[in-house]
Amino acid sequence: MKLTKAFMATTALTVAGTVVMAAGHMADQMTIVSWGGAYSASQQAAYHDPYMANTGVTIINDESSSEAVAKLRAMSEAGNITWDLVDVEAADAIRLCDEGLAMEIDADEVLAPGDDGSTATDDFGDMLVNDCFIPQIVFSTTFGYRTDMVPEGVAPPSGACDVFDQETYPGKRALNRNPVANMEWALLCDGVAYEDVYDLLETDEGQAQAFAKLDTIKDDTVWWTSAAEGVQLLADGEVFMGSTYNGRLFSAIVEQNQPIGMAWDWQMFDLDGWVIPDGLSDERLARVLDYVRFATDTQRLADQAKYISYGPARQSSAPLVSTHATLGIDMAPHMPTDPANAENTFVNNYTWWADYRDDLDAKFQSWLAQ
Amino acid sequence: MSALPPYATTGQRIWYYSFRVIVGLILFFLIAPILIIIPLSFNAENFFTFTPKMLALDPEGYSLKHYRDFFSNQDWIRPLQNSLIIAPFATIISVSLGTLAAIGLSQSHVPFRRAIMAILISPMIVPLIISATGMFFFYSQLGLWMEDSLGLSKSLTGYIKVILAHAALGIPFVIITVTATLVGFDKSLTRAAANMGATPTVTFFRVQMPLILPGVISGGLFAFITSFDEVVVVLFVGAAAQKTLPWQMYTGLREQISPTILAVATVLVAVSVLMLATIEILRRRSERLRGMSPG
Amino acid sequence: MSEVMLAADGRPLKASLNRALRRQKLRALMLIAPLLIFIMLTFIIPIGQMLFRSVENQIVGDTIPRTVAALADWDAEAEPVPGEDVFSAFAKDMMVAVELKQHTRLGSRLNYEASGLSSLFRKSGRRVDDMGEGYADQFAAVDPAWADPATWVTLMAAPRWVERQAAWDGEGAEPKFILSASITDDLPQTASIYADFARVTQSEDEESPTEETPWNVVYLALFEDLTANPDVQIAGPVGDLVAATVPQLAAFTQEDIRAAFVAADDGWEETRVWKTIQTYSAPYTDGYFLNAIDLQKTPDGVAWQPENEQIYITLFLRTMMMSVLITVSCILLGYPVAWLLANLPARKANMLMILVLLPFWTSLLVRTSAWKVLLQQQGVINDTLVWFGLVADDNRLALINNATGTIIAMTHILLPFMILPLYSVLKTIPPSYLRAAKSLGATNWTAFWRVYFPQSVPGIGAGSILVFIIAIGYYITPEIVGGTKGVFISNRIAYHISTSLNWGLAAALGAILLAMVLLLYWAYDRIVGIDNVKLGG
Repeated sequence: MKLTKAFMATTALTVAGTVVMAAGHMADQMTIVSWGGAYSASQQAAYHDPYMANTGVTIINDESSSEAVAKLRAMSEAGNITWDLVDVEAADAIRLCDEGLAMEIDADEVLAPGDDGSTATDDFGDMLVNDCFIPQIVFSTTFGYRTDMVPEGVAPPSGACDVFDQETYPGKRALNRNPVANMEWALLCDGVAYEDVYDLLETDEGQAQAFAKLDTIKDDTVWWTSAAEGVQLLADGEVFMGSTYNGRLFSAIVEQNQPIGMAWDWQMFDLDGWVIPDGLSDERLARVLDYVRFATDTQRLADQAKYISYGPARQSSAPLVSTHATLGIDMAPHMPTDPANAENTFVNNYTWWADYRDDLDAKFQSWLAQ
Repeated sequence: MSALPPYATTGQRIWYYSFRVIVGLILFFLIAPILIIIPLSFNAENFFTFTPKMLALDPEGYSLKHYRDFFSNQDWIRPLQNSLIIAPFATIISVSLGTLAAIGLSQSHVPFRRAIMAILISPMIVPLIISATGMFFFYSQLGLWMEDSLGLSKSLTGYIKVILAHAALGIPFVIITVTATLVGFDKSLTRAAANMGATPTVTFFRVQMPLILPGVISGGLFAFITSFDEVVVVLFVGAAAQKTLPWQMYTGLREQISPTILAVATVLVAVSVLMLATIEILRRRSERLRGMSPG
Repeated sequence: MSEVMLAADGRPLKASLNRALRRQKLRALMLIAPLLIFIMLTFIIPIGQMLFRSVENQIVGDTIPRTVAALADWDAEAEPVPGEDVFSAFAKDMMVAVELKQHTRLGSRLNYEASGLSSLFRKSGRRVDDMGEGYADQFAAVDPAWADPATWVTLMAAPRWVERQAAWDGEGAEPKFILSASITDDLPQTASIYADFARVTQSEDEESPTEETPWNVVYLALFEDLTANPDVQIAGPVGDLVAATVPQLAAFTQEDIRAAFVAADDGWEETRVWKTIQTYSAPYTDGYFLNAIDLQKTPDGVAWQPENEQIYITLFLRTMMMSVLITVSCILLGYPVAWLLANLPARKANMLMILVLLPFWTSLLVRTSAWKVLLQQQGVINDTLVWFGLVADDNRLALINNATGTIIAMTHILLPFMILPLYSVLKTIPPSYLRAAKSLGATNWTAFWRVYFPQSVPGIGAGSILVFIIAIGYYITPEIVGGTKGVFISNRIAYHISTSLNWGLAAALGAILLAMVLLLYWAYDRIVGIDNVKLGG
């Protein structure tokens, strides 16, 4: 039976081959969760690659940060934490900490002191929003638009409120498929004063007002779930204008030469950083802490800004930020904090969102599904 | 209407040809999306459409760079390796358990045959999202047990979990294909073997196995492709260390679709062509062996 | 003929045959058993466990047991907001829950039923620390011994725990706290909350109750116990302290716990909030199933959800509608192909068959990627249409991120599942019937419609049910090309599993979906027989 023998031989070879490969996979590993796309690429270049080269630890990337709270809850429920370090926004870090899903740390003990000799606590300052959060960057959620799709004789969009202006700027929009930032923009662009936004959003009337404003563009909006998707929609010309994180837009515009422009007005500042899942074994925890100390030191945080236009969370890193790693352009004008970009801005009230996220998520999702 | 008779009227002729055109269009609809990604994967630019250079058949419009990326980028190599580890093991489990059970099921007196069949087929019927969530909790506990009681490493248990989950998904295909081969199996052959003094084991390997082998192999290929192409269950049961090729493709599709995906897709199409050819050869062989077609 | 026929070994033939049959059955079962056990363990039971979550509701009773008990006889008609006893019980429950970091989970759980509860629990969780602080201070003012952890250990701990604790050398974990037997009768509330305090202190903070001053709510409980039963006689050294403290209680300033909660968030004054907690106190609930069909459980019975939250029936209907549409498109496209395949000579048919089988064997993700690339506004299809001038460049068709995208892509993906079963049925219809009909004078159409088509109906049925079963539970393709309007109920289940974490509702939706699929499977098995499924070769 020639066929039988051939079949047996193939099977034996495959099994032998896979066992050898599997054995090679059992090395020192660490799973780091982040946001994917250009942002993960900047972390890979600034933190992971040098760390792997120094230590021989293999870092595995998981692009699940947008579902981090849910997945960590599920893992803790099932008693099986497979993640070692998670990149989340400040509001999620607060939620995870409140729920006991993230580990509390002592910043001065875990994090390296600043280059300028300041303690970690001083160096990060206000950015340490609670006991679990290890800040990395300041970023902003803002708008990009297709420069080639701006109607003739019209000034290009300048900010968030133009997304609601269907008459001047017809075409599809892309927005994040969750309430954060969208609700604030809806109210701000409906004439609510910035100081009143969060108070108003606590009330049913305020929420109704925001949804009514969003209703005006609901049918023309593509809702994205991962940040890279938002940029992709712009790059593919699927939408005229869309919200996403400023660093993603930077990489699409500057690194990939896409015909996209920035509309900075009413950009929303937010913080992003690491949390360590609660309940890691001692061996894994030791490995993670070693990585965190390395990846959040002054130099590394400054290095990341060479790849993507986000502001480092340490004060001591700021003077080290200069030019793009490969293109050599000056990074400062691309930073959300640059005065030219920061005329009207607001800061994500992450403590407020930590409290109200569940409520508004439920309402937002049923609004969306209608 | 296998052929147009010479006495066909004009109307019949028109219908005859327009019908073929319609069928041709439908087959085009079936096959074109798969074929179109092949040239697109050689695009020298990072676009998903034909550039003017490509349409002009200018060699500069084409490049292998997306393939180079596939075979040099750790984000793709590791998932490829994982898929190549997981799928064969899942296949071996599905095939060995599935073949035994199919032989059992084909005996003449099996109590509760219908109910048993329904249970064994269920992984194919139950919507994947339900299977995946159910398995998530079960396999987490199983993984913990393996780590704590058996002292296996986290990485190894991760693979075992995905392999077992994929094996369960592949089983219905093995059952179906092997049962189908056994339907045409002449039972007097086993009786004859037994008469001549062969033990059941010898009968199985020397008489039964060679005859049902085509069914077993095609069932195995189905099980393999089920695992190799599976994304929902592995998203829930697996950890990032077991990220498979479909998982990486899915992430890519939801996020920034780099043209590398098209290169990967083209490679996978080549694999399917290979599988299809194997199945086709086996089918013909099996028919010839059983004297069902002059083939 | 009464003689019994005997087999070769001298036994009655009937018995011998029976034995052989039994053995045969046993052997068959032995062959099946490993797989059956494997599937039961790794597939059926896990799914059963998951679906069980659709009725499970232990979290409320487990997290706030005192409140649940106190709320049992609250009548919202008579008293819009529950009394001080409920708030006091709630303060104690919350203190324990906050220390265990479980209050946010309960808040999320209840938020599924009445939105707003999550923020209520989160905000109040930060204030509960201070509740009862007034009592703690006043007890300490009567006698500083009340602020001494040792006093409490003497009062509360079982003597055998005190001995064990004293013998403990500080290595490893401290012996688990044991409550004294008699104190539960003497000071029931205090004993219960102190036991929780000791447990949490040991497990969460890894401290010893011998060194930690109890929570403020323990003093609240003590005040309540002593006011309710001033004549309590407690044996041992602390008995005197208690006796000395009781007369002073009348002079204590009472703390308004309800006011403290309302100060944290005035939501606690809403009847709706307490009604929700009361309604969802039971360990098992049908609430998730009601939610899954846009109903909700209220204290007054079952009612519709508010209009702007009714989405599931629409979603189920949309899933059905789109699956029907996909099935119909598959029939329309599949029938001509299957017909031609069945009527061509074998060699040509085999060639064409490959065109059907190749997509069938091609990775689902490859095909989905292909459609994503093809259907985009700047994709190949739109480009071609613009090039032919069928569509204006600035008015390209929206083919993706909507229902159109889902239907096109899924019709393509499921078409082979229609063609293959249909083909195997059409092949069995002898072409001579058609010829006979025509020779009897039927037109082409009549011959097809009255003679050929009826015989192909079983094939259409088989293919349709197969396509429909697969379509109705689909997840990946709609997720990638469906946007918000082109998604199925599966996508909603996935959303509840992995984003909103409403596993109960996900399980309920899943159970309904599974029931629909099983019904179809049953029909399929009846009509076609599962043994007759062919997998393309």
